[in-house]
Amino acid sequence: MTSMAGGGLATRRELDADLRGFREVQRLSYACAEAVAAQLRPGVTEREAARMQRDWLRERGVRDWFHLPFAWFGDRTAFTGFRIPLQFFPTNRVLEPGMPFILDMAPVHKGYTADIGYSGCLGLNPVHDRLLADLEAHRELILREVRERRPLREIYQDVERLMVRQGYANRHRAYPFGVIAHLVHRTPERRWSPQLFGFGVQSLKGLASDALHGHREGWSPLWSPYRFSDHPPHPGLWAVEPHLGFRGTGAKFEELLVVTDSRDPQESAFWLDDDLPHVRRWQGLS
Amino acid sequence: MAAAASATERWVRTGEVELCVAEWGDRTQPTVLLVHGYPDSKEVWSQVAEQLADRFHVVAYDVRGCGRSTAPSPLRGGYTLERLTDDFLAVVDAVSPDRPVHLVGHDWGSVQAWEFVTVSRTEGRIASFTSMSGPSLDHFGHWIKQRTRRPGPRRVGQLLGQGAKSWYVYALHTPRLPEAAWRGPLGKRWPRLLERLEGIPAGDYPTASLPRDGAHGAWLYRDNVRRRLLHPRTDPFAHAPVQLITPIGDAFLSERLYDDLDQWVPQLTRRTIAAKHWVPRTRPDQLAAWIGEFVSTIEASGRSSVRTGSPKPYADRFGGQLVLVTGAASGIGRATAFAFAEAGARVIAVDRDTEGATRTAELARLIGAPQSWAETVDVADEAAMEKLADKVTSEYGVVDVLVNNAGIGLAGSFLDTTTEDWRRVLDVNLWGVIHGCRAFGRRMAERGQGGHIVNTASAAAFQPSRALPAYSTSKAAVLMLSECLRAELAGQGIGVSAICPGIVNTNITATTRFTGVTEEEQKRRQEKSSRLYGKRNYPPEKVAEAVLRAVARNQAVVPVTPEARGARLLGRISPKALRGLARINPPM
Repeated sequence: MTSMAGGGLATRRELDADLRGFREVQRLSYACAEAVAAQLRPGVTEREAARMQRDWLRERGVRDWFHLPFAWFGDRTAFTGFRIPLQFFPTNRVLEPGMPFILDMAPVHKGYTADIGYSGCLGLNPVHDRLLADLEAHRELILREVRERRPLREIYQDVERLMVRQGYANRHRAYPFGVIAHLVHRTPERRWSPQLFGFGVQSLKGLASDALHGHREGWSPLWSPYRFSDHPPHPGLWAVEPHLGFRGTGAKFEELLVVTDSRDPQESAFWLDDDLPHVRRWQGLS
Repeated sequence: MAAAASATERWVRTGEVELCVAEWGDRTQPTVLLVHGYPDSKEVWSQVAEQLADRFHVVAYDVRGCGRSTAPSPLRGGYTLERLTDDFLAVVDAVSPDRPVHLVGHDWGSVQAWEFVTVSRTEGRIASFTSMSGPSLDHFGHWIKQRTRRPGPRRVGQLLGQGAKSWYVYALHTPRLPEAAWRGPLGKRWPRLLERLEGIPAGDYPTASLPRDGAHGAWLYRDNVRRRLLHPRTDPFAHAPVQLITPIGDAFLSERLYDDLDQWVPQLTRRTIAAKHWVPRTRPDQLAAWIGEFVSTIEASGRSSVRTGSPKPYADRFGGQLVLVTGAASGIGRATAFAFAEAGARVIAVDRDTEGATRTAELARLIGAPQSWAETVDVADEAAMEKLADKVTSEYGVVDVLVNNAGIGLAGSFLDTTTEDWRRVLDVNLWGVIHGCRAFGRRMAERGQGGHIVNTASAAAFQPSRALPAYSTSKAAVLMLSECLRAELAGQGIGVSAICPGIVNTNITATTRFTGVTEEEQKRRQEKSSRLYGKRNYPPEKVAEAVLRAVARNQAVVPVTPEARGARLLGRISPKALRGLARINPPM
């Protein structure tokens, strides 16, 4: 999204059109997550759940991916015992009653990218309910501190501190580079869209080019606990994914945060869409 | 017996024998039937029965030839398990004719009860069975058969181990001698033996009928053991849920006897308890709690457990126990509270930080603690700790496991450490532990039913360092205190463990005071040390696992992280090298 990243803010109309595109694909992804979650039954494996997401989105015109859909069941939602990145890929783990699950997908639709995470559980699981409820504070904290233009590394540490105070472990640390978020972009539509280790090559190219630019200018498209994230929020669309873990149960949300270079705090950062399953859930609770 | 005042006694006739049956409590409540072992009479149950009587209709009877029951004549052939089953059915017909009973057996009472719960003619008469220290002779027979048929080194070891523990069984098979011994010197010395070897306080137990109980009871062995062990029944499947309570210090029965029990019992709940053989006398509170909980669950749901999935580690050991953890609002204390909660313990989370302690207690309930509470107390405050102990004892009971974990950090050279700094670190790290041990340890000892105290020391307790003089001193004191206390309380069945974690990723670094530097520098050092500890990233959950293991195994000193274990080892091999390490100034 060069219009934002470039600094010179493009016309409002262009921006709105872009955001509408991103919002549409994010809604599509959450619709997919809800549809697939509704079909999950005891005995379904992670691989089957991942395939269900893939098929559902392909039927609706998705041809390229930021990354292929993931599905984690049971204690894999908290990444228990994860040591190498290959363990993120769906396995033959079978869903059982009471088990938590997470669906995570990043489709590219009409050139717009989404990256979402959906947590649920099969039947009753009070621990999982609690984790989901406690994620609300993180969504608020992240937005508030981004608007304050705090360095991303500090925000990361504040999120981690809040998790520890809540009694949980920070599980997004298990992601590559320990990221809590990464930038996403418009992705050019090509006839051939290959994947590399589950990631779309076009999207990886975008990320790599960002990394190169950022390296020269002192920012990074990866929001991590490391020194290279010690800079104020960079304008663009950030896919933010705080991930809580508590004794074999994990929960996360992932959605797009819009960061602009506007001086107005309200305009400088906002969640792309507030009509999402987890947000509706909190509103229903409060 | 002491409880006889509140119990009513009556006689039940079965064949030529009259059985003396005692009853406590409300007859409309579910019936709990207690069967005693050898050489005992129903008095062995008096303490357990009294505790259960407020919720249940409790019944205990003297086995034929014991206590006030009459003996069969002739004795030979009068003690077969078939005859004993007749007795059981006669008692059940008398005390609970139209409702199945909850059976509890200890020692030979449990051996008999296994027969009752596995034969078809009692089906529908037994709602549940709690077994302690008495295996089914049929299961035992199969256990031996399996091990002799395919004797690997481990199986032979198990056979020899149990074979040695069964010495008295062989002795009881000699004719006449056991009877003479019981009527002579053994009968006279038995109470003193029990007190010395088993820790049973002298008093109204054992009763005057002991020589007769011991002499007649020998026929339990002679009539059954050889026959059943050589030719075990092929279908000894339990037709009721079973709760197995295994004392790990039992001198007569190996824990391994119950390894294959799942194949015979479809609904099995396992419990282990750190005690010797005579648990009805030495651990009545714990037994009453477990029996009460088991019976209530079955009365409510008809099943032994509604929980699904594999049992959590140590659930057999800590289920229902009362555990108090100080410093439970964060770090190792919180992780320890969670680990105990997962094992089914009732948890009291104590901390200065009310919000954190409340949070710990709330989450503990979510992951399996049947009850949990948060208490706001500064461990350095003696009066507050004493008040806490009073409150806990009166409202929740005597603490079974105490974890003195609260502690603070203090870094900086000795010459920069002020008296006030010293006072603060000793107040929390050492006096906090002392207050905890005094307030709760005394109550534990007074109850006389065992328990465990865990003190969180540190690797700094044996690894000197020029950077942590005050902290290391306080922790070394905690380590030595634990060792001394362990020696003192060993005789009362109370274990004491010192945990020495090492470098663990908790917020202790963020709150550590660095002496002799400016506020700004202090903040920088806190951040830097937090980052270093974060990079080391040893999770407090692993320390919590070590705490549970230390209690289950009654370990004395437990260094946890590799660096802690390394330092302890180095201190033994080459103390000089350890002193060399102490001179290094950590990069801050």
